[in-house]
Amino acid sequence: MSTVPARTPVLSLRGVSRSFGAARALLGIDLDIHAHEVVAVVGDTGAGKSTLVGVLSGALQPDEGQVLVDDAPVTLTDPAAARALGIAAVFQDLALCANLDVVENLFLGQEPVRGGLLDEVAMEKEAWKLLGQLAARVPSVRIPVAGLSGGQRRAVAIARSLLGEPRVILLDEPTASLGLTQIAEFLTLVERLRARGHAVLITSHSLSDLQAVADRIVVLRLGRTNGEFDADRVTYEDLLAAMTGVAR
Amino acid sequence: MSAPLVAPQRPGAELWRRLRTGEMSALPITAALVLIWIVFQSLNGSFLSSDNLVNLTQQSAATGVIALGVVLTLHLGQIDLSVGAVSGLAAAIVAVGAVRIGWPLALAVAAALAAGVLIGLLYGAVHTRLGVPSFVFTLAGLLVVGGLQLRVLGSTGSVNLPFQSWLVRFCQTSFLPPLLSWLVVAAVVALYAGSRLQDRARRHRAELSAPSLASVLARVAVLAAVLATAVAYLGTNRGVGAVFALFVALVALTDLALRRTRWGRFVRAVGGDAEAARRAGVPVRRVLVTVFAACSTLAALGGVLAVGRLAAANQASGAVDVTLTAVAAAVIGGTSMYGGRGSAWSALLGILIIQSISTGLTLLNLDQSVRYAVTGIVLAIAVVIDALQRRAREQ
Repeated sequence: MSTVPARTPVLSLRGVSRSFGAARALLGIDLDIHAHEVVAVVGDTGAGKSTLVGVLSGALQPDEGQVLVDDAPVTLTDPAAARALGIAAVFQDLALCANLDVVENLFLGQEPVRGGLLDEVAMEKEAWKLLGQLAARVPSVRIPVAGLSGGQRRAVAIARSLLGEPRVILLDEPTASLGLTQIAEFLTLVERLRARGHAVLITSHSLSDLQAVADRIVVLRLGRTNGEFDADRVTYEDLLAAMTGVAR
Repeated sequence: MSAPLVAPQRPGAELWRRLRTGEMSALPITAALVLIWIVFQSLNGSFLSSDNLVNLTQQSAATGVIALGVVLTLHLGQIDLSVGAVSGLAAAIVAVGAVRIGWPLALAVAAALAAGVLIGLLYGAVHTRLGVPSFVFTLAGLLVVGGLQLRVLGSTGSVNLPFQSWLVRFCQTSFLPPLLSWLVVAAVVALYAGSRLQDRARRHRAELSAPSLASVLARVAVLAAVLATAVAYLGTNRGVGAVFALFVALVALTDLALRRTRWGRFVRAVGGDAEAARRAGVPVRRVLVTVFAACSTLAALGGVLAVGRLAAANQASGAVDVTLTAVAAAVIGGTSMYGGRGSAWSALLGILIIQSISTGLTLLNLDQSVRYAVTGIVLAIAVVIDALQRRAREQ
């Protein structure tokens, strides 16, 4: 699965910089994400991964540079604006309400209403459909999220991001709190997202987790792009060198 | 792509899990209420007399309405400690407005409810704009509102409502005529059965798991039996009091709002995790403000019903006792103090438990000290159960 350079990227960054006070989190970042593609962004703690996701998801505004959707410059004023353009983000902490059940979480804030009351039947039907497409295994869509495992919760959060069929899905540090089997399950899930035609961007501070599923690996170091690699060919040593800045 | 795997569960294990985590709280609490009734009946044969039960329901209504407001704030993980004071102020406004100033009674009632709305909006604004914890500023509110109540009542400190006023008659001597109460029972059962069957049919059409026809009919039968028994038994005495009927109707409406409307879902989401709810697009501030306003308004309505029941407002109206009883009723009824969990019905169950203990001990000629102690112990048990269920959920 290598990229086809001629395609128009769905989402791009051109020369994007962002500072927090004196700390420069991103410096002149260029990035392209295509449909049917999984891009992994790796880097050490403080490399700027979360800031990058923040800018792409509309949660943060860049100080300089441009965000482009289908090669046209856009201004993402907030996450809702990004959603409207087909960009959905799943943040590291998932932002689920543990006391609500799976269906309630999936549709929170965008519940369909029928005759003034919530349309539970429509929601539950759609919930099974979404989870089925991700082959996510949950004991029931009517138990509180508090009763689910970490991997199941992540699947719920990702399923929620799929509502409204976004073209780009941003996953911030999705493997951080997962065990080995859960990571394997998660990677299958990402492959399904790619097969559905989504453009997927995943950040991680771990090298080994994402290499199996990514098409391209972008290394961030101290806020700059420090190399972009074809995931099939790059070696562990190359990536480690790019991440840490140590010459091989 | 394989279908989602549904893990097989033994029905017994599932029931135990739901009991342990408090997903099914109404059943054990109803059982506790029945147990309390059996104990008091065995100690004093007149406890379950229809006369006593009619009194019990009539006495429950005013504080029950206040407890309903507390249930809403507890859903958000917040608390309003000034509900008693707000009810006292509302009582004072009704009595002074209608008797001393000579307003029409309806205007005085409207003014009292408006005061409740305003106080709630103010609490909501203070909480959302300044982020002050609710138990602190409602404690401040308790003192300020209590002071307002004394000022409204003036120097004599007590105002009587004439017994022939409609508010007093509504709260003391109005009972649903037998025919009307049976019509209400029939309508409620028919509505419930209709909505359940329609829901079941829609789930079938959507190819979702649907409850069996037998279980739907069983639920309808249980509801019909409970309502019919209550109406028939209370009917051997004076019947179902208008004020109690109003209370139950408010509980049912609140239950519908909490479970089946977007507002209700937002309330539970904010109570569970306000930050997650905000990021999901829930208007958190608006939810907080509406809940504080609803709570204070219900507290004011409780005060209006209390002044009707006593036919008087005085400096002791809505004393700290009222706040404590209302909060205790909400928690004993099964609404969690940790936010995001509970049911409107816990206001009804909780106040019935507290009133039953209170009347039961009075029938046994035991005084206030025992009533306080026993109610306190029951509250402590409820709080411990709430904490244990929370722990079970987090595992």
